[in-house]
Amino acid sequence: MFPILQIGPLAIQVPGLALLIGMWVGLSLAEKEAARLQMDADAVYRVAFVGLIVGLIGARLAYAARYLSSYAADPLSLFALNAATLAPSEGMLVGLAAAVLYGARRKLRLRTTLDALAPAFAVMAVAVALAHLSSGDAFGVAARLPWSIYLWDEYRHPSQVYELIAALGVLGVWWRQRGRSSFGGFSFLLVIALSAAARVFLEAFRGDSLVIAGGLRAAQVWGIAVLAACLGMMKRWNQEVTP
Amino acid sequence: MGWLMEDARRWRAFTSMIVLLAAGWTWFSRVPVSVADAGRIPSPREGFPAPDFTLDTLDGAAATLSAYRGQVVIVNLWASWCGPCRAEMPAIQKVYAANRERGLAVLAVNGTFQDSEADARGFARTYGLTFPILFDQDGAVSRRYLLRALPSTFFVDRRGIIRSVVVGGPMSEAVLQSQIESLLQEAP
Repeated sequence: MFPILQIGPLAIQVPGLALLIGMWVGLSLAEKEAARLQMDADAVYRVAFVGLIVGLIGARLAYAARYLSSYAADPLSLFALNAATLAPSEGMLVGLAAAVLYGARRKLRLRTTLDALAPAFAVMAVAVALAHLSSGDAFGVAARLPWSIYLWDEYRHPSQVYELIAALGVLGVWWRQRGRSSFGGFSFLLVIALSAAARVFLEAFRGDSLVIAGGLRAAQVWGIAVLAACLGMMKRWNQEVTP
Repeated sequence: MGWLMEDARRWRAFTSMIVLLAAGWTWFSRVPVSVADAGRIPSPREGFPAPDFTLDTLDGAAATLSAYRGQVVIVNLWASWCGPCRAEMPAIQKVYAANRERGLAVLAVNGTFQDSEADARGFARTYGLTFPILFDQDGAVSRRYLLRALPSTFFVDRRGIIRSVVVGGPMSEAVLQSQIESLLQEAP
């Protein structure tokens, strides 16, 4: 694990750096893919950017809304940004809604836009895995295996490495199949479906899972729902092209 | 995948098989209830029991984290020379004063190995701090808590589990209050 990169007096948080680089590489790839799909690359870039910014603001406001009395007494605290004071799920929803609305206003074709953004999602998954690897978050369940890593006072599954390999695999599959999609939206659905399948499989090796009723891991249940939805939509969108 | 999608029945069979496999794996890999909340080793991470420690305090006594079981504890790692620590300490004092009766405790662990007792005492006097100031003379607690940046703050619930970690600062009163509010509402 390598959470801090010390360059002279400068201490750089490696997880944050990995996410920033991932965002930059992902958006650059999305721009190129948009151009390949004969779309307005700038417009696709802006859709992603609007989604990210509005998502971040939404996550902050949603968190503040949960503790309204605290923030009403000290509204300037809204500007004290810290990862612990964000509501990620709400932020994601708000960001997604903003991106969809912005895209509709710019008259962008939804499925082709999603295809253009597919590499950004795949690259971000790689960046998240690298961030986890450097910070030690998303750690594995305790296990004594020849490839176990010693982390947080225990030998564990190297879940961050598994996550990285899976994310690179998804990116590789996207790369190989691009240009061969039989219908608009296929690349996007493929990336999301493969990512969901990887999450369902790999979550079993995580030592920090959110556990719900019956000892089931919440991420796996969500993963199955997303996987099933993607497979259903693949069939439906394909039927619209080849009835 | 084209040949799969060409035939509706073939696609349905494929989809069903994938979803069933995923559901089976999810069921097979579920967490045994006995492991879901027990058997975790102390570690300075969210969801883990807070590593215990005993340190000398500013008034010459000793303070042990586990002795505060039943209370919500803010463990704040700080140093007198650290700007964000200076900026957030008045907010911690205010939140402590406002919530002490509700079961909030603050253990302010001074990294004395990279500071000095005299400076820490002066700091506590200047800011009128009324919660225990602990001296981490040899850095053992800072190492145990994998200190990456000052200040670092750990919010520990009444069962001794770390519920959130804030690395860096300064934290405002609102941020502090938002972090402890739900923990204070939990039954002792």
